[in-house]
Amino acid sequence: MERKTLTIGHLFPEVLNMYGDKGNILTLQNRLLWRGMGAEVKVFGIEDEIDFKALDIIVLGGGSDREQKLVCNRLQKDREALSDYVESGGVLLALCGAYPMLGKHFVLKDEIPEGLCILDIDTEPEEKRHIGDVVIKSQITGEELLIVGFENHSGKTRIGAGVPLGTVCCGFGNNGEDKTCGIVYKNVVGTYLHGPLLPKNPALADYLLQCALKRKYGGEAELAPLYDRAENEAHDYIVSRHLS
Amino acid sequence: MKIRLILAIWACKLTILVSRMLGKKGSSMPGQVALKICPRVMTMLASKVKRDVIVVCGTNGKTTTNTLLATMLEASGHRVVCNKVGANMIWGVCCAFCEKADWLGRLNADFACLEVDEASTVKVFAHIKPDYMVVTNLFQDQLDRYGEVDLTVDFLRRALALSPDTKLILNGDDPVVAQLGEEKGRISYYVGVDEKVNEDAGEGSEGRFCPFCGKALVYEYHHYSQLGKFACPGCEFRRREPDFRVHGVSLNGGLSFKLTHSGKTASFDVDYRGFYNVYNIALSYSGAVMAMGTEPDHQAVLASYQPQTGRMESFVIDGKTVILNLAKNPAGFNQALTTVMADTRQKNILIGVNDNPSDGQDISWIWSVDFERLCDESVKNLVVTGRRADDLMLRMKHGGFAEDKQVKSRDLKEAVQALLAGSGEVSYALVNYTVVFNLQKFLKDMEGGAGHGA
Repeated sequence: MERKTLTIGHLFPEVLNMYGDKGNILTLQNRLLWRGMGAEVKVFGIEDEIDFKALDIIVLGGGSDREQKLVCNRLQKDREALSDYVESGGVLLALCGAYPMLGKHFVLKDEIPEGLCILDIDTEPEEKRHIGDVVIKSQITGEELLIVGFENHSGKTRIGAGVPLGTVCCGFGNNGEDKTCGIVYKNVVGTYLHGPLLPKNPALADYLLQCALKRKYGGEAELAPLYDRAENEAHDYIVSRHLS
Repeated sequence: MKIRLILAIWACKLTILVSRMLGKKGSSMPGQVALKICPRVMTMLASKVKRDVIVVCGTNGKTTTNTLLATMLEASGHRVVCNKVGANMIWGVCCAFCEKADWLGRLNADFACLEVDEASTVKVFAHIKPDYMVVTNLFQDQLDRYGEVDLTVDFLRRALALSPDTKLILNGDDPVVAQLGEEKGRISYYVGVDEKVNEDAGEGSEGRFCPFCGKALVYEYHHYSQLGKFACPGCEFRRREPDFRVHGVSLNGGLSFKLTHSGKTASFDVDYRGFYNVYNIALSYSGAVMAMGTEPDHQAVLASYQPQTGRMESFVIDGKTVILNLAKNPAGFNQALTTVMADTRQKNILIGVNDNPSDGQDISWIWSVDFERLCDESVKNLVVTGRRADDLMLRMKHGGFAEDKQVKSRDLKEAVQALLAGSGEVSYALVNYTVVFNLQKFLKDMEGGAGHGA
């Protein structure tokens, strides 16, 4: 039988590496390898050509204002290809600044540039910067689970088409008003939770892997369970600090 | 006004006395009290400094650099105001001046050497217009407090705008720092390592893009992180020829290098570890030369200088050496790992990360540290500790470190015991800010206790 292999595209880590996004790549990669599957990580520089058709999962993280703009200008060139990728069920994890960038507008210090309009979301500036731990209740896998993370943003985002990734138990989330946090649209997960989101949320990581496996190989893509003690302890520690 | 000044100084000194009696070391309360009573206290005292006021900023190495600078000036017979304990917010700076002043509001000082937290520079510069500002480096640090490196640069620019005559002494190898020197009309001096020293190109890319035109900077060679000989292919921005040129660097055993300026060359040979200390030493020496106009007796200073808490500080417990080092961001950790792994002995390693407010509550950066380098035969056991021990354990798991060689304990005492129980000849503890002080206390107690057969 053919060994199932996923290709993970890590977009522009040379510019978008400020929050330890490498943790997400390691998690996706290792959770495939630990199950005897294959994982290929392709790292793209800002001046590299991207063949979206060759990718199964794309990870796009956050950077500073200057770099965010650089990335948005770069992706404008590939807007159609990225949109096709998303509409055809390609898995995309957009974190931190990359999340609002996929919508109509995103917020930088002195301006509100137009976004990539891949997602039906819009963002306006928020006076305060929201920084801290976040715990949300999510139904993304069909069962209720708690997702933990850290946010650091000054935008207020409202979502149209799509469902929220979850409801906020602690933290600010999308806008601080409707208790939503992030978005799930087709196989895109976007959220302000930044940096190493997947290491402590193995269920979310597995969900993304499953979506990508289903799209590439069809079928139900059942994943063998893993020994997640370190993952669960790190996850539960954050939950216990806020919800006990 | 004089009365208010004296009242402020008295209040500050008394608050220090009272808090010391209560067993507290804090400098923020006394400084706060003084500024409340006399808002101009810092300005008035700083104007009494006979020669120069020098401010030291930068993500890593500012305490070491500032303390070395003050010690070099003192060794040349000068009286120096210095916030030595690393109290580097506005209150700490204010407190340092009040402490040095006498009860009649007089201040007998030739120089002031002030370590200032980057985010506090605007507030401090509103009171004091320094003659010199030294900037060691600018890396990602404690993200939730500063936001990002660009914001830190912004703080420094806003502070400098308040003081157009402040001259800069910059790490010219760091493009993020060096951009400050490009300001029109600003007098700047550059310190740089003028040769390729190690093959380690380093991690972390912030600042590898030109701050003026956005093009990717091109490097002839890298030292670590974004430090190196850089040039922008899109505009004129490039590493300037250093005014203080470091060359002949050797990292075997201790550190040795030569520093040439205005045709004079000084030799340095010290029992320090870590390449980054070349910059700390070179910047403090350059600061002293600029301030005094003559060369300090640096070798005597460096030989007698006691490293700050947890800067590769050694302890001997039951005949075993434990080396404690503060590392609080990816650049610091990667440099510390380079130093540790250059030690070829069998070793036990402890990594500790807290997320208290003064550490930074966002610990995402642990995923940007190359902990993979610990997967080496010479590492006998690995202990993770601190409030975020669970995250470290998970980080190490993804780094490929064997679980059976790993111990996790959020309790510091337990963690130290597990470290010492390892079979390595030497133990290293690399920990962040609030861990370092508690750990140093344990290690000191254990060192003292060991002699009594405890």
